Amino acid sequence: MTATLDRAAAPQNAAAGAIPSFDVTLKIRRYLPDDGAGAPEPYWDEFTVRAHGTDRVLDALHKVKWEEDGSLTFRRSCAHGVCGSDAMRINGRNRLACKTLLKDLDPSKPIIVEPIKGLPVIKDLVVDMEPFFASYREIMPFLITTGNEPTKERLQSAEQRERFDDTTKCILCAACTSSCPVFWTDGQYFGPAAIVNAHRFIFDSRDEGGAQRLEILNDKEGVWRCRTTFNCTEACPRGIEVTKAIQEVKRAMITRAF
Amino acid sequence: MQTHQYDVVIVGAGGAGMRAALESSTRVRTAVISKLYPTRSHTGAAQGGMCAALANVEEDNWEWHTFDTVKGGDYLVDQDAAEVMAKEAIDAVLDLEKMGLPFNRTPEGKIDQRRFGGHTRNHGEAAVRRSCYAADRTGHMILQTLYQQCVKNDVEFFNEFYVLDLLVDHDLAAGHVPDGEEVNVSGVVAYELATGEIHVFQAKSVVLATGGAGKIYKTTSNAHTLTGDGMALAYRRGIPLEDMEFFQFHPTGLAGLGILLSEAARGEGGILRNSEGERFMERYAPTIKDLAPRDIVARSMANEVREGRGAGPNKDYVLLDLTHLEPAHIDAKLPDITEFARTYLGIEPYTEPVPVYPTAHYAMGGIPTNIEAEVLRNSTDVIRGLYAAGEVACVSVHGSNRLGTNSLLDINVFGKRAGISAAAYASTASFVELPENPAATVVAGLEEIRTRPDGDRVADIRKALQETMDLNAQVFRTSESLTQALEDIKALHKRFRRVSVQDKSKMFNTDLLEAVELGFLLDIAETVVVGALNRDESRGGHFREDFPDRDDKNYMRHTMAYRRPLPVKGHRLWGTDGDGDHKGSFAHTTVFDDYQLVLGSKPVTMTRYQPMERKY
Ligand SMILES: Cc1cc2nc3c(=O)[nH]c(=O)nc-3n(C[C@H](O)[C@H](O)[C@H](O)COP(=O)(O)OP(=O)(O)OC[C@H]3O[C@@H](n4cnc5c(N)ncnc54)[C@H](O)[C@@H]3O)c2cc1C
Ligand code: SF4
Ligand code: FES
Repeated sequence: MTATLDRAAAPQNAAAGAIPSFDVTLKIRRYLPDDGAGAPEPYWDEFTVRAHGTDRVLDALHKVKWEEDGSLTFRRSCAHGVCGSDAMRINGRNRLACKTLLKDLDPSKPIIVEPIKGLPVIKDLVVDMEPFFASYREIMPFLITTGNEPTKERLQSAEQRERFDDTTKCILCAACTSSCPVFWTDGQYFGPAAIVNAHRFIFDSRDEGGAQRLEILNDKEGVWRCRTTFNCTEACPRGIEVTKAIQEVKRAMITRAF
Repeated sequence: MQTHQYDVVIVGAGGAGMRAALESSTRVRTAVISKLYPTRSHTGAAQGGMCAALANVEEDNWEWHTFDTVKGGDYLVDQDAAEVMAKEAIDAVLDLEKMGLPFNRTPEGKIDQRRFGGHTRNHGEAAVRRSCYAADRTGHMILQTLYQQCVKNDVEFFNEFYVLDLLVDHDLAAGHVPDGEEVNVSGVVAYELATGEIHVFQAKSVVLATGGAGKIYKTTSNAHTLTGDGMALAYRRGIPLEDMEFFQFHPTGLAGLGILLSEAARGEGGILRNSEGERFMERYAPTIKDLAPRDIVARSMANEVREGRGAGPNKDYVLLDLTHLEPAHIDAKLPDITEFARTYLGIEPYTEPVPVYPTAHYAMGGIPTNIEAEVLRNSTDVIRGLYAAGEVACVSVHGSNRLGTNSLLDINVFGKRAGISAAAYASTASFVELPENPAATVVAGLEEIRTRPDGDRVADIRKALQETMDLNAQVFRTSESLTQALEDIKALHKRFRRVSVQDKSKMFNTDLLEAVELGFLLDIAETVVVGALNRDESRGGHFREDFPDRDDKNYMRHTMAYRRPLPVKGHRLWGTDGDGDHKGSFAHTTVFDDYQLVLGSKPVTMTRYQPMERKY
């Protein structure tokens, strides 16, 4: 037994399937890797699929892969916006395919799907994430403490815990970093996601590594490269105030002596 | 082909795998192989919490926790394992806090705790606050924190590598190996997604931590990648799978989608209502109502729908009502799940009740282990060097029904134990010789699928499997429905032999890997259905309408599902010399095209608690 919302053309429940089936066209940027026979060129491919009211871009991509062209390649896992696998450029904006409902995208026009920018494309919508994770690892993304551990938990007030709540939500999807014009032109820039994760520890009352992290981010490829264009904040699928976090790190650099 | 040599190889980088890695990598040379980048693992989707009797907000102790776990599992729990877990829970939570996990806090600055289904004070008197949590993203914070510690400790990962075979010196699925004879693990074979290259890892110890198998069902809270790989790899080598018929259906999946809304919603005061607005759980579990264990709540919901009291245009779901809670309280405690309702159904939980229906959630069964996380090949013999922990394993702390918050606990407690045991064994053992041509089976299998010009589509077979499982092996089961499911699975196995993929390339061929994963799903589904068909009783997550009562006399034992070769005329029949306890209610064999599934059983370990009727 399975409850199905999409067969419910629900008059009394506007949310559940009020939008019946419709057709959408996906215009997808494709790239097939070099198999030794010379450097391949990226190209555009179009597919039209039938969608339902609650379908997301990920559902449409799956439909293409499962029913039309099995070679279409993209990453995905959780399918509800918590694992960070499927950040892509959808109609020119970075979003998670699994969190973007088709009905919210104006299905009368083709939906343009491209890989995120600034990272090397491996195949179709899959990019090499290693440079992104390398920056993350560099800011020492782990709790740093000195002295003996307490017997029980470290104490932290609810207010202290609240201070860094926002930046603990990061799922490392790279939507922010790959929407940043500074990162596009200078791949060495740490990028917003690494700074968000540094923020998560710098403002944690239990952490004692703030000075070291601030020093790393004071580097010429660090926070000062940020030009506050807010692309990152707009792109973040977790609703993290990324630009604000970067500003707070900048301020900490000025006010905290290290 | 590349070959590697490590003392310990851990397969899976979810909570269990990384917790094991933190122990093992500081002791011996360790590699972690994962088909996903570690932070993509489904542990990150866990919401509600991880329980431990810290007694930070009210009186509590580990013995009450053990009792709740045993009773929650309808007495099919191995009580020694439950006791270990409840005792070590306290340190497991404190360990995570010390690693930096941002738990919610009490006014005194201690780790805050909240209520969760089935967790009670003093053996069932009333709900107790035992779940430690970080808003409704506890799993996310556990996964991030463990990964952070792995970065700190420079743990070596092989990411986007799929393990496709388990290497042992005696293939138990190929021929008879007498009880008591030594069987050793020698390594694994993996496939590198980016290049299509094969890697053979020789290891003294292997830890399987590949998570669950929810994708055998259509409506599920599980990720697309939860395809039961580790269970299937073990099963294909003749290692038994334990209690596979017990699959948990979580009451509150978003209707039609299966996306989970944590039990924390009810822990924080949410109420389930039928189309008449009635709080129907008062009828089914008068004492703890909406916070009864999941199997009971899921069945009650399905029953309301069957009896015509479902809500919505098709009367096929019930409603989770949060509208009486303060919006500020919801924002502080349940921000993510209320956002799911808004994003995916367009429902505003402040003012509207949310449509929900049970969703396939958790495999209670898995690879049998003892409390040291060593894998068992029958009721008593271990496979030397092989360990399993997390959802892939069955220790069995969950019995026939897992309590909420006990899995994040399980992965931490037994993940840690697996890491310690694997490293300890590796530091004394020597490498076992690899079989000749260790990757031959994997390479042949992959090439066959990749190069088959045309045939059946992966998606079609998978959809047919998921639909028959949803229809015939879900919350309510009968001999008839399960027989149908088994027939369907056999037919799908045949179609799978003709499966073909469209992507013929070698690099990043996810089309090919989806086909391989489908093979795993079919194997897992057959063990679930055969186990369910044989168990003529109702217990925990397994409810047979034709046998609605628990039958301790015949079924108070763990089911063990063994893959064995087809009988050859004149050879001994498997099970005839008593191996695997293939007798009594478990003397059951199902013949497939190339092998047979032979059931056996394993006794339940009882220490303090005698089975009682389970009432809430
Ligand atoms: C939505 C949701 C909410 C939940 N909420 C809670 C909760 O609040 N409290 C609670 O206690 N429990 C909860 N659970 C259950 C709990 O989260 C899981 O049971 C647990 O996290 C499983 O952890 P794991 O480490 O065993 O597996 P996973 O985290 O799933 O990790 C599996 C790993 O194995 C790897 N892998 C798989 N196959 C292969 C292969 N062939 N080769 C290489 N690597 C492979 C994957 O890449 C991954 O790294 C929830 C579950 C879900 C789905
Ligand atoms: S800050 Fe937001 S956009 Fe950036 S990586 Fe984290 S979750 Fe993704
Ligand atoms: S698939 Fe996990 S975030 Fe989209």
